[in-house]
Amino acid sequence: MTYLAKSPWILHYDASSCNGCDIEVLACLTPMYDVERFGILNTGNPKHADIFVITGSINEQNREIVKNLYDQIPRPNVVVAVGICACSGGVFRECYNVSGGIDKVIPVDVYVPGCACRPESIIDGIVTALGILEEKRTKMVLDVDKKEHRHAGLNPDHILSTGGVQ
Amino acid sequence: MINIVWAIVFVLVAPLIGGLIAGIDRKITAHMQGRVGPSIFQPFWDVGKLFEKENGVVNETQIFYAICYVIFMAFTGALFFAGGDLLLVIFALTLAQIFLVLGAYSANSPYSFVGAERELLQIMAYEPMVILVAVGLYVATKSFSVSDIASSTVPVILLIPGIFLGFIYVLTIKLRKSPFDISTSHHAHQEIVKGVTTEFSGRSLAWIEITHWYETVLLLGIVYLFFAFNPLLGIAAIIIVYLLEIFLDNTNARAKWQFALKSSWLIAVVVGVVNLAALYVLNGGVS
Amino acid sequence: MQLTQLLIFLILFPLIAAFFLLIAKKDVERNWIVKLSALIIGAVSVFLLITTYNKGAMLVSVIPAEQTGILMFVLEMLIAVYILYLGITYKKWLAVALILVQTVMILFFELFYAHGVHVESNLFIDEFSLIMAMIIGIIGSLICVYSLGYMKFFHEHHTEMPDRRPRFFAILFIFLAAMFGLVFSNNLLWVYFFWEVTTLCSFLLIGYTKTDEAINNAFSALWMNLLGGIAFTCAIIWLATAGGGMLGLSDLLTTGKAIALIPAALIGFAGLTKAAQLPFSSWLVGAMVAPTPVSALLHSSTMVKAGVYIIVRFAPIFQSTFTGYVIAMIGALTFLIASGIAISQSNAKRVLAYSTIANLGLVVACAGIGTYEAIWAAILLIVFHAISKSLLFLATGTVEHRIKSREIDDMTGLIVRTPKIAAMMIIGIAGMFLAPFGMLISKWAAIQAFIDAPLGFLFVIILVFGSAMTVFFWAKWMGKILTVTSDGKNIEGEVDKSEWAALLSLAGLSFVTTLVFPLLSTVLLEPFLLFNYGHVARLSQDNIIIMILMLFLIVLLPLSILIPHRKHRHLAPYMGGRTTTQDMRFSGSLGVQKKTVLSNYYLHPYFGEAKLRPLGIWLCSALIVIMLLATIAKGVIL
Repeated sequence: MTYLAKSPWILHYDASSCNGCDIEVLACLTPMYDVERFGILNTGNPKHADIFVITGSINEQNREIVKNLYDQIPRPNVVVAVGICACSGGVFRECYNVSGGIDKVIPVDVYVPGCACRPESIIDGIVTALGILEEKRTKMVLDVDKKEHRHAGLNPDHILSTGGVQ
Repeated sequence: MINIVWAIVFVLVAPLIGGLIAGIDRKITAHMQGRVGPSIFQPFWDVGKLFEKENGVVNETQIFYAICYVIFMAFTGALFFAGGDLLLVIFALTLAQIFLVLGAYSANSPYSFVGAERELLQIMAYEPMVILVAVGLYVATKSFSVSDIASSTVPVILLIPGIFLGFIYVLTIKLRKSPFDISTSHHAHQEIVKGVTTEFSGRSLAWIEITHWYETVLLLGIVYLFFAFNPLLGIAAIIIVYLLEIFLDNTNARAKWQFALKSSWLIAVVVGVVNLAALYVLNGGVS
Repeated sequence: MQLTQLLIFLILFPLIAAFFLLIAKKDVERNWIVKLSALIIGAVSVFLLITTYNKGAMLVSVIPAEQTGILMFVLEMLIAVYILYLGITYKKWLAVALILVQTVMILFFELFYAHGVHVESNLFIDEFSLIMAMIIGIIGSLICVYSLGYMKFFHEHHTEMPDRRPRFFAILFIFLAAMFGLVFSNNLLWVYFFWEVTTLCSFLLIGYTKTDEAINNAFSALWMNLLGGIAFTCAIIWLATAGGGMLGLSDLLTTGKAIALIPAALIGFAGLTKAAQLPFSSWLVGAMVAPTPVSALLHSSTMVKAGVYIIVRFAPIFQSTFTGYVIAMIGALTFLIASGIAISQSNAKRVLAYSTIANLGLVVACAGIGTYEAIWAAILLIVFHAISKSLLFLATGTVEHRIKSREIDDMTGLIVRTPKIAAMMIIGIAGMFLAPFGMLISKWAAIQAFIDAPLGFLFVIILVFGSAMTVFFWAKWMGKILTVTSDGKNIEGEVDKSEWAALLSLAGLSFVTTLVFPLLSTVLLEPFLLFNYGHVARLSQDNIIIMILMLFLIVLLPLSILIPHRKHRHLAPYMGGRTTTQDMRFSGSLGVQKKTVLSNYYLHPYFGEAKLRPLGIWLCSALIVIMLLATIAKGVIL
């Protein structure tokens, strides 16, 4: 295990949620659930974040913003769609101004359905995200190694995986 | 006078101590809020993680400023623990702090810009009191040299209690604790995103975090100087002062910068004049 | 005698250069004359340093004193007539009244007392004069060289103004001559003569553009300095009557406080006006209407330095007297209040002006306290301030020609737009407030000096607040320059060679002086202090080593940028997720494009000029009145 999984910092963005899920996300920080136990912090700044937690669905107003925020999170990062609206658009799916779930704009790694989600399921989703974060990290290191090998004039395929992803 | 060994020990050990202090701080804070809180090693894991992340920057100069910040802070602390001149330590501390501010300016981002301006306001707020600490210690012990002050048998705290209180007040600003965490803070959310550190990420942010650990140790070292005549008392004072800071942090809302500036200046003037005048009279007109 | 010739050469040579500049009409001729003269003046000053640095104070008395005295008197009268004429032409009655009073007093002195006055040696030199001569000879002449390129550009872009460059350069050199004369004179009558010449030169230079604003500001500089001139005349008359005709500076300084205190207080007052201390600060701020090299000259090597020079000269008299403390308090308050006002200024030249006033205040505070440590700090402040401030003014001038603005907020991203000049500016700013550069060493010395002086803690408290404000306004300026704008284009273009030469030399000087300052201290300052006070001040060996270490770190760290590093991914600045263009435009609500504008904090409600200046003026005026009354009362009773 790397440090990444021990200190996941979160950026929480409300796309166009009814605030039901947002309140549940914040509930995770309360003494009842206390996610800081796992080193989780709600940073409010994409530059510091590892996990992008989005509630609500995509519409024309927030399409660009979601994309920009995602771009500004340093790699490796994962996206957790919290609530059914974020997963698929939910009951608003057919609305004239709603395009659908978050995955219409950026790749989503974990879907946490629910209306609103319970804090337990949000925590469960984030813990699942940690595993994916770990995998992405391994892949990133591997990519860099390959690139360096290529620079050194070696065949990148000769590197064996250091574990994790094949 | 200057003890190189201590300087090296500081550079190597201070991050460990500073990180542990930060971890204990978070644990105690969590308990005060009725939570369990993270492990006391959490700050190390955070920094470890930041080193593992991709280094995203707005522009490359930011990295330079972050590195300068940590180098000059380590230098400042090393100078202090090596027993150098206290005034020079304070000037070097300002220099280090300016690098962080310049890093924030260089990003050309509104949030880090506001953070930088506020950081400068904070510097302006605490600087007079910090220099007065050096002056007070000089008047009490007749030396600006940290090694002389540390080995002095004069009960410094009895001579300059006012200056000590003033220092505790501005220490809240320096440790980025509420109510004076106006340029950036260790709390999750704040109104200017993350202030000065908004545009730093990955490695650079890790360096800034480590710098903060260095700084914490240095500042607690200054607290020790007031009680240096009795080392046990000194360590007790450090612990009590830090607990007090955590308590303040958890019981106060963030103040406006106006309050931070006015109140810390007022306190610096009052304790400065009263305490130094009292010493002046005590010493029979020779300050 | 070689020394005599050197001193007279330094005073007269700039005058000869001025004469040739006045008749040279072509650019090429002027360029040659200025460069050559600057080189000669600089070289001779250095030669003077090399030949006399270890000889202590020396008096020179070979000059035909009587004839020179008469010549000076005639010239003084001519100056008075000229000022009178200008005053009447422009209907500036205050200046007219003051010059009339002054002329009457001088005539009175010449008619009734001049014959009773005899000064053995008219010229002298000691380590302090040498340092001042270095500042005038090197920095002053560099500014003259810089002016060549600047004034050419200035007149190319301000065609509405008449090109009066021959006159301009002539006055610059006369100014240098007067300054040399001032610092080498032992006879107070001579000091007074050169003093008046500097007043006249600054008046003419400030009014150079002949706009209404320039003329008004020139006259306000004139009347304030004439007020100082009157005080100076009073001092001379007092010395001629009650003081038994003792007008030699060296004699006066050794006679003791009983006789010297009253003239010292009067001359101190004259120094306060010339050094633009509160309440007389407004002339220096107004002087920035002049072309930038003039500001550089007034602020760094001439004029205001004449003011502090004379106060530092009289420091042994001020030491531990009530008069001295009041003067020190005026200086300290000026430092505090001017630093505060500088925070609220957005115009770069006004920031520089207030910072000059503030730093001179610190020098005056040190001089008023007058202990050997304080004088050590004062002289260091004079030296380092001259270097950094001239560099800053010149860099601002060059930048101004490129961005067409003096506003600090317009200087955003200079490091991208004009990288080389921006680097010069950064060196200047760093020199003003950061460790380990010179000004900080001096401030450090000042803190130590104050705390060791009786009642010094009051001054220390004022100093720490002033210096905290200093950090604020310099750092925010520095931050603006160092902002990396992603859309910035290089607009540096061709910088005139003469401007470059001056900028680079000054930037080099600010590093070199910081590096060799221990040497400067041992060779020049310590003998001076030992001679006048019997004590020496210095930094401990350890601290010098640490400062040099820091200097190397500061020089080496920027080079780290050259080391190849890993590729970084560029992220857009955080704008709440909004899509932002390269030049920081974003679409606001309703799709309207908005520009991001970042402006510094100026904190007007707290540090505004309108709020702090009246306060400073009242406080310092009251202190000046108290000082003069108390000194005279004491003198009369004794």
